[in-house]
Amino acid sequence: MSVKVLRPGLLTTVQDHGRYGLQHIGLCPGGAMDPFSLALANALVGNPPDEAALEITVIGPELQFEEDSLVAVCGAEFQGGFPHNRPVLAPAGSRYNVGRAVRGARAYLAVAGGFAIDPVLGSRSTYLPGGFGGFKGRSLRHGDVLPLKGNEVKRFKSLKRTRDGTVPWSAPPRTLPDREPIVVHVMEGQHFEAFAAATQRAFFDTVWRVAPDSNRMGFRLGGAPLERAGGDEILSGPTCLGTVQVPPNGIPIALMADHQTTGGYPKIAEIASADVARLAQLAPGGKVHFARCTLEMAAELRRHMRGELEATLRGIAWEYGT
Amino acid sequence: MARTIRLMGVVPLGDLAAYVEFSRTLDLQVNALVQRLAVAVQARGAPFIRDVVPALGGLALHFDPAFDGNCVEVASALIELCLEEGVSASEDVLRTVQVPVCYEPEFAPDMEEVAQKTKLSAAEVQELHSAAEYRVLMMGFAPGHAYMGGLNAKLAVPRRASPRAVVAAGSIAIANEQAVVYPYAISGGWNVIGRTPLAVFDPERQEPSLFASGDRVRFRAIDKAEFLKLLGKR
Repeated sequence: MSVKVLRPGLLTTVQDHGRYGLQHIGLCPGGAMDPFSLALANALVGNPPDEAALEITVIGPELQFEEDSLVAVCGAEFQGGFPHNRPVLAPAGSRYNVGRAVRGARAYLAVAGGFAIDPVLGSRSTYLPGGFGGFKGRSLRHGDVLPLKGNEVKRFKSLKRTRDGTVPWSAPPRTLPDREPIVVHVMEGQHFEAFAAATQRAFFDTVWRVAPDSNRMGFRLGGAPLERAGGDEILSGPTCLGTVQVPPNGIPIALMADHQTTGGYPKIAEIASADVARLAQLAPGGKVHFARCTLEMAAELRRHMRGELEATLRGIAWEYGT
Repeated sequence: MARTIRLMGVVPLGDLAAYVEFSRTLDLQVNALVQRLAVAVQARGAPFIRDVVPALGGLALHFDPAFDGNCVEVASALIELCLEEGVSASEDVLRTVQVPVCYEPEFAPDMEEVAQKTKLSAAEVQELHSAAEYRVLMMGFAPGHAYMGGLNAKLAVPRRASPRAVVAAGSIAIANEQAVVYPYAISGGWNVIGRTPLAVFDPERQEPSLFASGDRVRFRAIDKAEFLKLLGKR
């Protein structure tokens, strides 16, 4: 049981929900940039929500399935490939040829049963800066053969399905941009007050563009650079997924999945956790606008997002009769 | 002498983490308290806390996404509880990490510049650097990357004006009054004066990181032959 990589795409990596409990030695949790879409893709093939899947970025791969496989793709919409957001039976020898992302930036391809890859430090996520985890600690390359844990295709038989190897329903992702700029909620960061009033206003007034040199570690935000106030020297301190920091060049950086665990730049804002995955779905050039929120509002957004996800997961489980 | 260290505040780092701040400047007594407090918080084993990260002047508590409440309120309550019970120095785990370092020119691209700036010879820089005992004040920036205090004040030089695109893995570097060891080949702006053959971070090792917050660190000068021998044993 395996999947063969015929063309790797721009950046295709194995990701799960990440590794926790290691930030005190400088290792960030990492994992899927859009964990909501990962959870949906897994549920669609009957996997536990934290099973590892392929994270496909902006330009998709071409894959070949060695045997009949039950797969699902969730998250960004790409040209070509399988129908999205539903379980699909990929027949033995079939090719999955994915083009460019047309909406969103990252999709998750889950295979029933999951990939047979040993976890490193408690996770199957690829950590590119350290070169470990996932498939050989790197993004996929031409000719790679990814082993699968086992053939779980029989799960598909419990579903009411259509003639073309899928089902008459779908579970749309909740993180894709409807229109740009997307609105992302942020709380004031630890050093917000240290920025001049005009800079604080500029941060919220600007429509920021995700710069081309953005990656899984951080998104650089293009726009008129922010002015940094006088006392620039701050003591290095902890950072978090979604921290927005401002280096001396004034170009804000939003910290993403593979972020540094500490940083020495002033933190102007902190993105509400429910909105980080929506930001992750912006490709370079994508536009974002920040809206101020309180800690209470951010917590409410988080509960709401989780409630919606859980309802969708229950619906999918019901289709599987579990 | 022991003095009262006051909590400055607890601020949100997003809605799933809180930063408990004690100082905005580097203060070794504060740093020691932060590290003990991190151990105390960790020991309570609160199920909704996934990561406790001690830093230079405070610590971060990272929460599980399934956590329902207000991270700042819960972090504040937890910290108060730990402070009330008291964190004592007697519970410190005293560990000393010995780090062999080769200071020879091919591993020390900034040695000459450091020597010039400090008006010392390369041999004196090496001598002063390896004579001191260091303390890991914070882990961060990259996996296994330790910020150490204890550098002899005579060796205090600023960071390089332009950072290097790539600093070799295991590089020993200094800036201001701190020392670091680069775990990977990454970009960096500190002054490299030597290299260790040890693996600073190895995900396959029982303890992946050579260093932990609070560790004492001693550097021992080795020649190139020993460097290569130790490198071969990895």
